[in-house]
Amino acid sequence: MSVKRRSEIIKSDVLIVGGGIGGMQAAITAADEGATVVVAEKADTRRSGSGATGNDHFMCYIPSYHGEDFDAIIAEVTDTLVGPLQDLDLLRLMMGRSFEVVQKWESYGINMRPYGEDYAFYGHAMPGRRRYHLKYDGQLQKPLLTKEAKKRGVQIVNKTVINQLLTDESGRVIGAIGICTAEDEPEVVIFQAKAVIISTGNASRMYPSTNPAYLFNQADCPATTGSGHAMAYRAGARLVNIDMPYLHAGPKYFARCGKATWIGVLVDYYGRPVGPFVNKPTKELGDATSDIWQGVFQEKMENGSGPVFMNCAENTPEDTEFMMKSFYSEGDTSIVDYLQQYHIDLNQSMIEFGTYDYALCGRGLDIQLSGQTSLEGLYAAGDVLGNVRGDITSAAVFGMISAENAAAYAKTVDFAEVETHPLIQESMDLYNSLLDRKIGAHWKEANSMLQQIMKDYVGMKVRSKTLLKSGLKYLGDLKRYCKEQLKAENAHELMRCLEVLDLLDVAEAIAITSENRKESRGAYHHRSDYTYTNPLLDNKFQTIEQKNGEIILNFRDKVR
Amino acid sequence: MPPVIDEAKCIKCTKCAQICCVDVYGPAEPGEVPTVRFPEECWHCRACVMDCPAGAIDLRYPLPYMLLYEDSKTN
Repeated sequence: MSVKRRSEIIKSDVLIVGGGIGGMQAAITAADEGATVVVAEKADTRRSGSGATGNDHFMCYIPSYHGEDFDAIIAEVTDTLVGPLQDLDLLRLMMGRSFEVVQKWESYGINMRPYGEDYAFYGHAMPGRRRYHLKYDGQLQKPLLTKEAKKRGVQIVNKTVINQLLTDESGRVIGAIGICTAEDEPEVVIFQAKAVIISTGNASRMYPSTNPAYLFNQADCPATTGSGHAMAYRAGARLVNIDMPYLHAGPKYFARCGKATWIGVLVDYYGRPVGPFVNKPTKELGDATSDIWQGVFQEKMENGSGPVFMNCAENTPEDTEFMMKSFYSEGDTSIVDYLQQYHIDLNQSMIEFGTYDYALCGRGLDIQLSGQTSLEGLYAAGDVLGNVRGDITSAAVFGMISAENAAAYAKTVDFAEVETHPLIQESMDLYNSLLDRKIGAHWKEANSMLQQIMKDYVGMKVRSKTLLKSGLKYLGDLKRYCKEQLKAENAHELMRCLEVLDLLDVAEAIAITSENRKESRGAYHHRSDYTYTNPLLDNKFQTIEQKNGEIILNFRDKVR
Repeated sequence: MPPVIDEAKCIKCTKCAQICCVDVYGPAEPGEVPTVRFPEECWHCRACVMDCPAGAIDLRYPLPYMLLYEDSKTN
């Protein structure tokens, strides 16, 4: 099989790469700003990405609810779930405009007040402190955002995965190369745009899943494979904070986001609370223990004092009903379905929780207040960002902000020629080499080996120069073997092969930056050869970018 | 095989194959019952179950997705 090339070039003022929450909000806003908009989505925008089937917590500052003390809310945010790895000007911008998005979403028909007239704030909270997670019902958020985008004339190109960004000689982003996977025979589609917004989410499938034989057992959508990180990095964009691991947690072998949807207490085998925040379940707080102590489940397994369970048995019947409904809002209906299929009653049973693999959520592209990356014409939103994190809020708010600025930028530039861009032939040669190969490696072999190397050499338990340098060497070897041996029998497998190659590019950047951080920092960057934390690196973020084939590393100041 | 389609109920609209975020069905022809071609790639998001207009799909959870539980104990 070989790849076809569609003769028509898809042209727009703004091209959006990835139609998740960030991409769809960006599409709506860019269209409202008068731009022509195309969304390229690898699946289908009605149910794609980590918010595919819902969310129930939206980080939000509402002055009429929280009062005027905005700084107190900012302190809550950095103290709890999303942590301190954020430029504070971006975080303040995100929280400052969060209510604007909530109001837009209500006008789109998304239920932001499922519990009555007032906005309700629940979960991810510590006792006696301000709550900032707006509890909402996101079950229909993706179909509703898609409907709004279509209403505004946005062209949605589903089943089309973007693999490369096209840049001109100055480094400005001018288009992209996509592959349509709607048929077994893949088709290359060229996009031409005045501005591009990347909103491709996390980098799942980089580290072994909670049950390594099952590559798709992931908390975040397993189709979010660091492709935005990778294509932007290859095009010269700057990544930030990718050396500092973040860990999700939830039901141990059934990886799912949404731990704050659970109303209960995290307890040990004897039913004793493991954290300091709650002794009895409260729907107002949840149990923030694992927000602050992300590795609680793993650590207690390793020292023998585990396992740790989510105990919901002391809930009132009303709170249990509230929680079960919230699983639907959050998109975790499969948890409810599983409990029913196996007759597990949360009034009588406590569920073991576990720490999941390293997620690149909020580790990635370094953006300015406009949402622009370090490349002209390239903007970003959501989990792919590296210097601000806000999960659904970061997707929605920076989708809006990036779109406002990308649409304005598009008015100032002309389309650039893309049809004969040399990267198109180079990429098609790679695709054809994978499709032509009669005997070779399945993408799962490559994905599995990547995860093994990352766990053993670029892991969270211990890092050192010798481990990281060896890991980097092995990743390079694996990438070479992949290019020589990977084999795709159809468009679907070609997409999966390219996802692994994207993960490999990001994996190398993680290994390089982790080796370059010659100190220990936080809970998961333990250097056995530099066991101390260097105060000179406090309030600094590490960046990596490629210029003229050279890798440039830097520790830049955090914006405070 | 995570999504299980009841062929007697399926109205062959292919919505499940269209909306799947991880393409477990692969390309589907309207007028035919979709095939689950890549079952190990299911995320178990359950979008196909929720959005099937005929209620023709159930999810089977593979054993490695086992939810671990103990009798509840309180301090």
